[in-house]
Amino acid sequence: MHRNFEVLKTIASLQIGEVAYIAEEALDYIPLKLLEMGCLPGAEVRLIQIAPLKDPIYILVNGSHLAIRQATAKKISILKESFIDEG
Amino acid sequence: MKDRIKVALVGNPNTGKSSLFNHLTGLNQKVGNYPGVTVDKKQGLSTLSKMHEAIITDLPGTYSINPTSEDESIVFRTLFHKDVQEYPDVLVVVADIENLKRNLLLFSQIKDLEIPTVLVINMKDLMTKKGISIDVKLLEEELNTEVVLISARNVEGIDEVKDAIVKSHVAAKTAPMCHINHKIDSDYFAKLKEITSEYSLYQLWLMVTQNNFPQNIDPEVKQKLLDFRHDISQIRRYQNKETIYRYQEINKILKKVYLVDRSKATDARSKLDKVFTHKIGGYAIFFFILLLIFQSIFDWASVPMDFIDGIFADLSGWVSSVMDEGVLTSLIADGIIPGIGGVVIFIPQIAILFMFIAILEESGYMSRVVFLMDKIMRRFGLNGKSVIPLISGTACAIPAIMATRNISSWKERLITILVTPFTTCSARLPVYAILIALVIPETEVFGFLNLQGLVLLSLYALGFAAALIASYILHKTLKIKSKSFFVVELPDYKLPSPKNVMFDVIEKTKAFVLGAGKIILSLSIVLWFLASYGPGAYDDIEQEVSSQEQFSSLSVDQKEFQIASLKLEKSYIGILGKTIEPVIRPLGYDWKIGIALLTSFAAREVFVGTLATIYSVADDEENTIKERMASEINPRTGEKLFNLPVGMSLLIFYAFAMQCMATLAIVKRETKSWKWPLIQLFGMGALAYFLSFITYNIFV
Repeated sequence: MHRNFEVLKTIASLQIGEVAYIAEEALDYIPLKLLEMGCLPGAEVRLIQIAPLKDPIYILVNGSHLAIRQATAKKISILKESFIDEG
Repeated sequence: MKDRIKVALVGNPNTGKSSLFNHLTGLNQKVGNYPGVTVDKKQGLSTLSKMHEAIITDLPGTYSINPTSEDESIVFRTLFHKDVQEYPDVLVVVADIENLKRNLLLFSQIKDLEIPTVLVINMKDLMTKKGISIDVKLLEEELNTEVVLISARNVEGIDEVKDAIVKSHVAAKTAPMCHINHKIDSDYFAKLKEITSEYSLYQLWLMVTQNNFPQNIDPEVKQKLLDFRHDISQIRRYQNKETIYRYQEINKILKKVYLVDRSKATDARSKLDKVFTHKIGGYAIFFFILLLIFQSIFDWASVPMDFIDGIFADLSGWVSSVMDEGVLTSLIADGIIPGIGGVVIFIPQIAILFMFIAILEESGYMSRVVFLMDKIMRRFGLNGKSVIPLISGTACAIPAIMATRNISSWKERLITILVTPFTTCSARLPVYAILIALVIPETEVFGFLNLQGLVLLSLYALGFAAALIASYILHKTLKIKSKSFFVVELPDYKLPSPKNVMFDVIEKTKAFVLGAGKIILSLSIVLWFLASYGPGAYDDIEQEVSSQEQFSSLSVDQKEFQIASLKLEKSYIGILGKTIEPVIRPLGYDWKIGIALLTSFAAREVFVGTLATIYSVADDEENTIKERMASEINPRTGEKLFNLPVGMSLLIFYAFAMQCMATLAIVKRETKSWKWPLIQLFGMGALAYFLSFITYNIFV
């Protein structure tokens, strides 16, 4: 699998409607509560909506519809689908 | 004698757990407190079979056994300590069919505690709509647990839940679902297990992660466990790994038994989300809903409130007429009955407000408000979740402060608790109403706005603004370190169940009546005493009035009023009012207003009643009180006492002062210290004094 700057992208950099996968490296940075709610490495994550003042954001991950703050989203790195295919 | 089983209901929020609880117990519920903590404990009795009945505890909703808020730590404490009174014989885990995977995480943790468990999967009625199919028999085998599929909405499967509880209790067999040891770090967990065989490995692991130990634990064992806590970051990493491992196990099982055909799923929620969380439209809808709520509180509640007011006035009159004149009659007719009436009169407003809040929460809309408001509230040191207490505060601060428990950051929760009393609660309304009617002319501004209404609206806005400014200041000054972690689930939209809404309204209204009622009632008795007795020559007043020439032209009624008025002046509370007069004179008040201010510390609405007594008019005739107040002359200036400066000064005083004993008591309970209620009392009091002083001097 390629490891270039794309890997450094986080949930915070997603566009509305965009889908990505949570990176394995993210594990140590995801708060336990979020993990328990289904926000797991390898899981598909979709950005559904951004609140009017850019924060918080509304994501769908593993069947859970969650609102999280930008500060948390910035800690969770993602992989885009194309990179998984290459790997 | 039936065999009584202790059952606890646990589950994620929004799974219909409360609906199941309501179906199982009916109106056989009571709300109590967990010893030592403030979270309400909902319990109810349910008949399971001819041989068994159950005492069912409804635990707060949680996503995991690892707590992050006051609500959730109750679940942990109840299930972890075998010696707590609520420790269940059987656990019922409530899950919803759509989020089964996530719900099973909590189930897997609970299963590892080795308590006999029943898994209830709710929302069976949504299966076709969502394209879901499930093999319950196989799931039962895989999980080694009774599994029941129900629809709480259509009341289907409730009897099966009862049967499963009995079966599970009789069999009393259970086994852990996941074995954390060899999947994460086998050496580490082998060492942990070596410490003692008295507790299971998972229990030991929870003691390490939660830093929470059974009371009767061997000190040596405890020390060894504490040694494991040296490397906290390692514990966090292992907890993360544990969660991943649990999800792997769950996925393995669900692959065999659970199937979703996404093509069959309909998607109403994303359309609704687009509307409710829209940049501009979302706020407009929220604002419109708020307007609708306030409008209904004032319109709908006024009829039952007038009715209640009338009933208590009649009751009081009736008691005075049938009982012999004396201390006991006076205590009942002038102390206890008006005291109870003062509480009961707020029930309509509070019930209507809580009905709206329950509907908004049940429908899933409230989470969208939290989502919309989080960033704005955060600028003031609050949390998106603070919106709900601040809105509830317009009915009554007591249930509003209790609604802060799901805010996981202590600092944000504390600030919310501290500023909620600034919002204009229903007890301020009668005070505002009479003062506005007295000093604000009934003119129109811009041709269509009623000036009196505008002032009332401004006072509401002032309340919210004060709450926000105060939280900003507290946010900047309070040196409390607390992790501000925020995650909110945005559940699917659904039609609220009337039964759940009704139960919720009853429960919260009861909490208000019992919480505030006790204090208001006992204080009214104290006030009655202070206003009915006085030192020295107090008892001679009656004779004096009857014998003095200046009163001889008065009618019998007028004479009686004169006696009452003089009696109040010479009573203990009158003396108190005179004592504080120098302090309140800069605000434009005389000793009579001073008495009303003092009595208002029991509850604000007492203001009007006290003035009615002081100005010796019958208190159920509002117009007479108003007229009497309007004609009151300030002896120092020779002008009307209730002029614009005094009226505005009083309005500001009531907007800011912390005049509610019941709220102070609740704040003490929720913050577990007298420090915060005292800060509220003196801080808000000083602010009220200062701002009233300025207001008086602006208008004078």
